Amino acid sequence: MTEIIVVTSGKGGVGKTTTAASLAVGLARRGKKVAVIDFDVGLRNLDLIMGCERRVVYDFVNVIHEECTLKQALIKDKRFDSLYVLAASQTRDKDALNKEGVERVLKELTDEGFDYVVCDSPAGIEKGASLAMYFADRAVVVVNPEVSSVRDSDRILGLLSSKTRRAELGNGPVEQHLLLTRYNPERVAGGDMMGIDDVKEILGIEVLGVIPESQGVLSASNAGVPVILDDQSDAGKAYEDAVARLAGETRPMRFIDAQKKGLFARIFGS
Amino acid sequence: MRLFDFLRSRPKNTASVAKERLRIIVAQERAQTGRPDYLPLLRREILEVIRKYVNVDPDAIDIHVEREGDSEVLELSVALPERNAPGGSVAAAAGEA
Repeated sequence: MTEIIVVTSGKGGVGKTTTAASLAVGLARRGKKVAVIDFDVGLRNLDLIMGCERRVVYDFVNVIHEECTLKQALIKDKRFDSLYVLAASQTRDKDALNKEGVERVLKELTDEGFDYVVCDSPAGIEKGASLAMYFADRAVVVVNPEVSSVRDSDRILGLLSSKTRRAELGNGPVEQHLLLTRYNPERVAGGDMMGIDDVKEILGIEVLGVIPESQGVLSASNAGVPVILDDQSDAGKAYEDAVARLAGETRPMRFIDAQKKGLFARIFGS
Repeated sequence: MRLFDFLRSRPKNTASVAKERLRIIVAQERAQTGRPDYLPLLRREILEVIRKYVNVDPDAIDIHVEREGDSEVLELSVALPERNAPGGSVAAAAGEA
């Protein structure tokens, strides 16, 4: 049984692609067969985050328009044998995607025995974003603890419960998870940033994980290595926890408490 | 140097302001987007049916959906035209849980 997971948010720049890449790698590291698809036609970036940008020959739009086979377009990850990337087209616009084409690609991935298909949604609520969520079984809504991101996430949650195949066919709701990113426990403790419970209360859904703001995320994207593979960084470890929870494990939240500063650091610290 | 930070007054707690603003705007937007999008069409079709029998004014039909706890109530009111006898308009209301 193939599970289709959409990583979405409404707002741009909150960490969708970083999250899609890390979830896909995390699931593949657990031995699952995973495909991660970039739905951001015209502005592809998943290939860079995954570190396979120089190996893109054919893309998602080529497959949809039957200009190549799905096998030709799937880029096999160099680190994990069971992980494949389907890049977005850089030259076409978002109208190059259509529902029938997306459905055919997802069906083919199901027939090929993939365990998970991770759909990396573009920002916004237009065609690319609506197609990325349409066929989903689960949704990971990436949210920063900040007003515009939370509001946009609520809009996306509304769309997930009305404009998806599951909603239209009455096949049960799309399972919704929140993933808080760029979380800064010190600022939460200081009353300058909404906390986990605040966001959970406003949006009314469970939190899959909390990714602390971390230097590791930028370093990882610089290097083209999804941050989950950086086991030195808190963000990497927090993504690994989120993947474990996605797979059904129970894990306590880490990196959500402010570090106690010593007297020296409080006086002279940065 | 943070030596003198202690002397400054603490800034206002902006997170709680954010939370309160969001609570209000999210509730408001949910109430709007939660409204079924078939209402205008429903209104027009009902008007057409009624007009087969009674000549009512196009503005005489009022439809809205209200949420009360877990149930939704569809409220429909039709103002029938005044008859020759002075009796005021007759209003019919139908409710559905």
